Amino acid sequence: MLERIRKAHALMDVACEAMGREINIMEVCGTHTVSIFRNGIRSTIPENVKLLSGPGCPVCVTDQGYIDIVIDLAQRDDCIIATYGDMMRVPGKNGSLETSHRENVKVVMSSEDALEFARKNPDKTVVFVAVGFETTTPATVVAVEQAKKEGLKNFVIFSGHKLVVPAMEALLSGMNNKIDAFLCPGHVSIMIGSQAYRPIVEKFKKPCVVAGFEPMQLIEGIAEICRQLIECRADVTCLYDAVVKPEGNLTAQKLVAKYMEPTDGYWRGLGKIAAGTLALKAEYAEFDAMKRFGIEEIPAEELGGCRCGEILCGLISPPECGLFDKKCTPDTPVGPCMVSSEGACSAWYKYGRRQRR
Amino acid sequence: MCLAVPARIIALTGDKAVADAMGNHWNIRTTLTPEVKLGDIVLIHAGFAIAQVDEEEAKNTWQLFAEIAELEEQEKHKDSPL
Ligand code: SF4
Repeated sequence: MLERIRKAHALMDVACEAMGREINIMEVCGTHTVSIFRNGIRSTIPENVKLLSGPGCPVCVTDQGYIDIVIDLAQRDDCIIATYGDMMRVPGKNGSLETSHRENVKVVMSSEDALEFARKNPDKTVVFVAVGFETTTPATVVAVEQAKKEGLKNFVIFSGHKLVVPAMEALLSGMNNKIDAFLCPGHVSIMIGSQAYRPIVEKFKKPCVVAGFEPMQLIEGIAEICRQLIECRADVTCLYDAVVKPEGNLTAQKLVAKYMEPTDGYWRGLGKIAAGTLALKAEYAEFDAMKRFGIEEIPAEELGGCRCGEILCGLISPPECGLFDKKCTPDTPVGPCMVSSEGACSAWYKYGRRQRR
Repeated sequence: MCLAVPARIIALTGDKAVADAMGNHWNIRTTLTPEVKLGDIVLIHAGFAIAQVDEEEAKNTWQLFAEIAELEEQEKHKDSPL
């Protein structure tokens, strides 16, 4: 183990030498962010290797306009909002789901729980707050399929599902991005497969390394990126191959493709990303909250003072936000990056303040 | 929210299963992993099995979760935040 760590560090040192400048690696997975902090990985790698927390937390990238619509729906007497717990405390324009009309809001562990609310409350429309990346989308789709099978008329989903690869491409297309490589998400990759990152290595020539969550995987993932940078190559490498297959989970992919299609949509901080959001196909409009409630578009809104957007793009780190650890703490979150336990600001708050970097 | 926990399938009928992770039992669906059998270990995310994992991988993750839980526990008993 020590030998492996030493080897990894040597590679990182050589890469820093060879590049003659900082190396910026973006992790696109909230669980990576947390694991990197918990294990103190930042303080064990060379100073010149910078880890940027990218848009890897579904809660953090959900646009405020989306949350405001959910909060509006929660005020209706004829609706029940079914949401994963993570979304409860995300602040919108006027409070959060936790503070507004709590009685209409139910926390669910799975989409199946949301269906159950629909079965038990035939006089209300259950709106499933469908957020999450490729890991979570199939669960939503299975619920829609089940609702269709059962002829449930009072179940709709409000899709805020996001696609990771288009977001990575959007980040790299950004003028002032400084990303040299990606540490690719473990669980998303289970679904989409490691080969899904091919377009990024081909089009943008940036290494993409899929890693799991253990410290050793993370360190070796960073080292593998350094190796590629030294050799001036960009490849897809998967260190998490015990679970991630090149082609991903085909059953899940087929299901999602049957019911949903990519559309343009807003991401917090990243703006509108072409084909970066998933919407239900027209033939399943009866299960689409947007159609049911005549919502035409999810408007782009940003919270004043909160710099989550710049953090998600890797432009600044949380302590550079003027509200961090002052007005904004996990108990009084101003922005979503502080709400979600996988958010960059929350991870910095909990662990980063006592670490060197 | 992207968290996935390894758990062993201890009951399975159609695509409905009961899975055990460190003694906790969950009702899950195997819709996305139709190939799994009784006794297999799967990663669970949002109530669904998303992939099969081997014993060793699962043990590592369970151990990691146990360590994290322990850390959080210690954290709670610390006096004030820094
Ligand atoms: S510290 Fe709070 S206000 Fe600042 S970027 Fe993070 S979440 Fe937003």
